[in-house]
Amino acid sequence: MKELVSPTNFNVFVTKLSDVLVRALDRPLGYAVNWGRIWSLWPVHLETACCSVEFGAASSPRYDVERFGIIEAFGSLRMCDLIVVQGTVTRKMAPRLRMVYDQMPEPKYVIAMGACAITGGLYIDSYNVLPGVDGIVPVDVYVPGCPPRPETLIQGCMLLQEKIKRQKIR
Amino acid sequence: MASLEEKIEETRRLGLQVVKETEEDRLMTLSVGPQHPGSGHFRFTVKVDGDYIVYCDPDPGYVHRGEEKMCEYRNIIQNIPHLERPVIHDSTNVTYSYSLAVEELMGIEVPRRGQFIRAIASELNRQVYTLYWLAIYGIFLGHSTMFMWPAGDRELFIDLLERLTGARVTHAFNIPGGVRNDMPEGFKQKCLEHINYYEKRLKEYEDIFYNNPLFRQRTEGVAPLSKEDAIKLGVTGSVLRASGVPYDIRKVEPYDVYNEIDFKVQYMKTGDSFARSYVPFLDMKESCHIVRRLLDKMPESGEVRTKLQPNPKGPPGESYKRVESGRGALGYHIVSDGTPKPYRVKISVGSFRNMLALPFLLVGQKLADMPAVYWSLNYWPVEADR
Amino acid sequence: MSNDSKEESKKKATKASAKSPANSNSNPPSQENAAPPAETKPAPAKQEVKPSAEPAAAEKKEEPKPAPAAKPAAPPAPPAVAKPPAAAAPPPKKEPEPPAFEKGLAQQITIRFGDVVKVLYIKPRRIKIMTDPGNLVEVATFLRDNMGFDHAESASGTDYPKDNQIEVDYHLGSYSHDDLLAHIMVLATRTNRDDARIPSLINVYKSVEYHERETYEMLGVYFDGHPRNDRFLLPEDWADIPPLRKDFRIKGR
Repeated sequence: MKELVSPTNFNVFVTKLSDVLVRALDRPLGYAVNWGRIWSLWPVHLETACCSVEFGAASSPRYDVERFGIIEAFGSLRMCDLIVVQGTVTRKMAPRLRMVYDQMPEPKYVIAMGACAITGGLYIDSYNVLPGVDGIVPVDVYVPGCPPRPETLIQGCMLLQEKIKRQKIR
Repeated sequence: MASLEEKIEETRRLGLQVVKETEEDRLMTLSVGPQHPGSGHFRFTVKVDGDYIVYCDPDPGYVHRGEEKMCEYRNIIQNIPHLERPVIHDSTNVTYSYSLAVEELMGIEVPRRGQFIRAIASELNRQVYTLYWLAIYGIFLGHSTMFMWPAGDRELFIDLLERLTGARVTHAFNIPGGVRNDMPEGFKQKCLEHINYYEKRLKEYEDIFYNNPLFRQRTEGVAPLSKEDAIKLGVTGSVLRASGVPYDIRKVEPYDVYNEIDFKVQYMKTGDSFARSYVPFLDMKESCHIVRRLLDKMPESGEVRTKLQPNPKGPPGESYKRVESGRGALGYHIVSDGTPKPYRVKISVGSFRNMLALPFLLVGQKLADMPAVYWSLNYWPVEADR
Repeated sequence: MSNDSKEESKKKATKASAKSPANSNSNPPSQENAAPPAETKPAPAKQEVKPSAEPAAAEKKEEPKPAPAAKPAAPPAPPAVAKPPAAAAPPPKKEPEPPAFEKGLAQQITIRFGDVVKVLYIKPRRIKIMTDPGNLVEVATFLRDNMGFDHAESASGTDYPKDNQIEVDYHLGSYSHDDLLAHIMVLATRTNRDDARIPSLINVYKSVEYHERETYEMLGVYFDGHPRNDRFLLPEDWADIPPLRKDFRIKGR
């Protein structure tokens, strides 16, 4: 044992040991962490355009997404881990959107909601509209529709949960 | 050694020097929005002196999508879908005035039944809009019941409109020449049922929200707008009517069948935040009566639409038509040069006009009253930016 | 409280209908209808639109295809097209046809200003007048003080590159005069496209403040005397020509 842990190979030993430990703990720990992340998807309250109406309707009593424990739309930027881009992103809004994204703590996810957020939609040829938000922020889930029905948004969130579930933690 | 009194005197003198500050130092500039629960897609800078707002400068344009320019590249029918996006939850009214303007330009007459269906759809949509506004107003004053109730009842009207038009919020139902399709079977019955239920709910809203002492304290007497100022600023809709001007386009310049319908213009005289938030509610009540009367008077059968040719074009000329939308007068100024595409479309919207009142109202108010004043303006930023 | 206000509104509205001269003709005394008469005869109203609009537009734009192109293009509404010639015998009759009230308004202006102001069209409840930028403030002050148009609904501009001109329209309305409630006075002026510059109406109508700012931004018309001719709706780093000018093309079109 003493030979094994000499000052020369101490670092190597620790690395090996931690590798073993991580391999042993990865599954259960990762599961626990991801489980936590799945059920606390709190979005930033940043409305970019008209899809915010359907986003609001998603929290209404009929759809009530809070029963899934997700997208409860109130909270500080620093506590949020999800940003739902609700529709058209104009050239004036784009820097603000990126600024908001940069301020959020890791890990963070982005849902592009509506045709305008995905490709520019109806406003593809407008002089002031970005053709999709994926140029400025990395998008995890695209929710199509103009505007998407609340059910579609909920499904999009479920897809995001699936995605998080399969993620490896680092 | 200086005596104690001298020391105190010295400290006071030094202290005064430090404390003495310029007017500029005392003011703090706050930027509200666009990422802020209270402002939506809108930003304004306020300067505060302690608790009081001394200066406010709106900075709109976060949803400016160039609608007016896009209109020049699409023909008259293609314009409808993107024109209703600015106010997605009041889309029938938005296309209503567009259709009226185009009809005036091209000299189209809408069949009588079509006119009635239009008016009914527009009244139902007014409810959808106002309920959404009420829900937001409630939640930003910290009254979460007032978010849940209107947001839930709103779905009833959305169901009705879905039944009528086929879409949840973006109907594209009012088109130049009439409406897209006739009423489905049993719609009248369903509509009356909903409205009977809804009128009971309105009483409950009044009890839980408008007669709530907390709500009244937060809004009564806050940021009053006098009648003279309202006229001078050219505000419109509920903001104007709250200040004591009974001006409603449906009454003063009745379009389609509104001159046959008997209704009262709801207005109040105080002009404070409470009046501004109560007038839309009174409008909703009155709107229920209007729908009933419209359903009564509607002809049982008939055409609903004058068919246009595939690529319609009118003679060169211009027209300006207004309707009363949820936020006030909504006018379209269309200039045509005789081609299928309009030469220029100017959308004159209520939100943009009411925005002028915001800096005027906020100055002198406490910062904590900001949401109560801002949402009472019945302001929808997407519409103002177009 | 609401009861109170309702009664009040009734009173006001009935007063309005009594006052309004346009209402004097045999109008069913339906209660508190401020301006129904013009709507009770929608057919004639729609007919006048065309004849009056055509000449105005033609003289303005010198479009190569005014009436002939339009007439055959309008078969979708055969009844509507067929009526005007039959019922109204339009061009001569259109002058007496517009409700007398609107004509009176237009006359007031022409009496006061003579040749300075051109009346472009008189439609039911819509009057459009044109003046030079130099007389704009004077005309607007007259409209506000002597005729009762107390606020501006919008200010907008239209670009006419063929004439090398930009037209700025102010849509003026009235809240305080009962007989003017439904009327819109369109005050138009034209300025050179290369050096677009007109006096601001902000001292006459407070309500044009944001509209003029928007027009400056969208069409590049400089408003003399306006406190803030700067960015409003467009992004801060906008470096192109004003977007509503006709030579600004949107991508892909």
